[in-house]
Amino acid sequence: MYWNQQEECMPVELLRQRQLARLQKTVARVYERVPFYRQRMDAAGVKPADIRSLDDLRLLPFTTKNDMREGYPFGLFAVSLDEVVRIHSSSGTTGKPVVAGYTRADVVLWANVMARTFVCGEVTSRDILQVAYGYGLFTGGLGAHYGAELIGATVIPMSGGNNKRQIMLMQDFGTTALACTPSYALALAEEAAAMGVDTRQLKLRVGFFGAEPWPEDMRKAIEQRLNLKAIDIYGLTEIIGPGVGSECMEQNGLHLFEDHFFPEIINPDTGEVLPDGERGELVFTCLTKEAFPLLRFRTRDITRLIPGACPCGRTFRRMEKVSDRTDDMLIIRGVNVFPSQIETVLLAIEEAEPHFQIIVKREGPLDELEVLFEVDEQHFSDEVKRLQAIEQKVAREIETAIGLRATVRLVEPKTIERSMGKRKRVIDLRKEQKP
Amino acid sequence: MKIIQLSIFLENTAGRLREVTGILSRAGINIRALSLAETADFGILRVIVSDAKQALEALRAAHFTVRETPILAVEVPDQPGGLHGLLEALAEAGMNIEYVYGFVEKRSDNAIIVIRVEEPDRAIAVLQAKGFIILGNREIGTL
Repeated sequence: MYWNQQEECMPVELLRQRQLARLQKTVARVYERVPFYRQRMDAAGVKPADIRSLDDLRLLPFTTKNDMREGYPFGLFAVSLDEVVRIHSSSGTTGKPVVAGYTRADVVLWANVMARTFVCGEVTSRDILQVAYGYGLFTGGLGAHYGAELIGATVIPMSGGNNKRQIMLMQDFGTTALACTPSYALALAEEAAAMGVDTRQLKLRVGFFGAEPWPEDMRKAIEQRLNLKAIDIYGLTEIIGPGVGSECMEQNGLHLFEDHFFPEIINPDTGEVLPDGERGELVFTCLTKEAFPLLRFRTRDITRLIPGACPCGRTFRRMEKVSDRTDDMLIIRGVNVFPSQIETVLLAIEEAEPHFQIIVKREGPLDELEVLFEVDEQHFSDEVKRLQAIEQKVAREIETAIGLRATVRLVEPKTIERSMGKRKRVIDLRKEQKP
Repeated sequence: MKIIQLSIFLENTAGRLREVTGILSRAGINIRALSLAETADFGILRVIVSDAKQALEALRAAHFTVRETPILAVEVPDQPGGLHGLLEALAEAGMNIEYVYGFVEKRSDNAIIVIRVEEPDRAIAVLQAKGFIILGNREIGTL
């Protein structure tokens, strides 16, 4: 099932021609309209006319999150605010937030790529789609909303929060499709369990989860607890919001909607472009956006492009599920540690819940790794030795996985803050402590 | 003759126990007996209350991890050797005790010993054969 078969199954050669034509047009446009890009390109000694093939893309300088901050708020826009009909913004964890503008055409494009996303999960006009991504400046809610409406699905604009009501409406309205962050999906499953609602009695069939990395085991937990097919979707505010790519029903890699957002994988240390199949940092160039078209934006997401065709018939290249971000990487006692490794360990241990928090601090000259996790209520024992055995098991498995000894600590359920949007999985106290 | 004890997971943070007693107090629930097992980072509060069902609901509503544990409440004479006799009887039957705590009964000369064993039904049979009185929920409620 496709939203637009002609576009999504376009022969690769034709797709490349189209991408090149769009790239040339966009590069010429931003060179002319965005002083930031003109200066950068001039400094790199490259003119729009130098882009003769898709490979020439690597002549262009990268755009980074730091450039967004310097251009705050509207410095990187390629149109005047007159033409901008919508502003979204992502929470800036450090410094200024990222501001994205959309023209009328951008909003239409966005709805189309989100319609593609939902049709990847076989959503039709007969579906009832509950949007539990936050509405507002965050791109999740409105992005999903417009795409689902374009398909003609019945949209329930719940936004995040109000867990009891979310479950109640799923029961009463017969929600068939859910869109939210994966951690919120788990929170909803927990709420359903607390309310005594059997999720097998719900009509939920498919869920579209993104905005944070989630490992394969978490997918299993969500699919089992909510009794639906969990589709991984991908997007970021800088590029458009959700709708940059999505898994199809094969659940084997996310098709990137590369007729609009051209992907590259680079070595994050050298900036060198890597061939398809190799793992590195994902970089996007917007080919068709009007208001806020970024060239070679470094996402900081680590993944690889999967070689080979997908049985679903879409010719868009697939990327592997994003598991890590370059800036999530912790260096603890010289060892590279990704939070997803801890998550994988906890998901594999039956007695532990996949809710966790990593605290890194410095005790004397040494980095200390502390992992807080919640006990599964079913496995809570009133015997100290059993709970300590769970702690020891988790510590042992973490040491096996990352080669570091961690202090693990059981905490009360719901202690680890579960926000509507993104989880705070890492607290690095070393940054606040004096060395 | 098993009695329901509530076991509550507590983080070792200031004021956490007080929150539990606050919840029970507001719900009008009387604590009959309690014991606290603790490690460096967490504790397990074990309580026997006047109304276990109501207490369980109130605590769950406040997001505490609570578990119902079947325990035995055995009457022993409140005199030297009282507890020892009970432990002897269980040891003779080859039964292991997970944990034990006790309190003195107000209205008689007896003490109540709360024990948690792997096989409560067998323990009841063993103890009753030795003439021990095992209290039920109603008796605990009216103590």
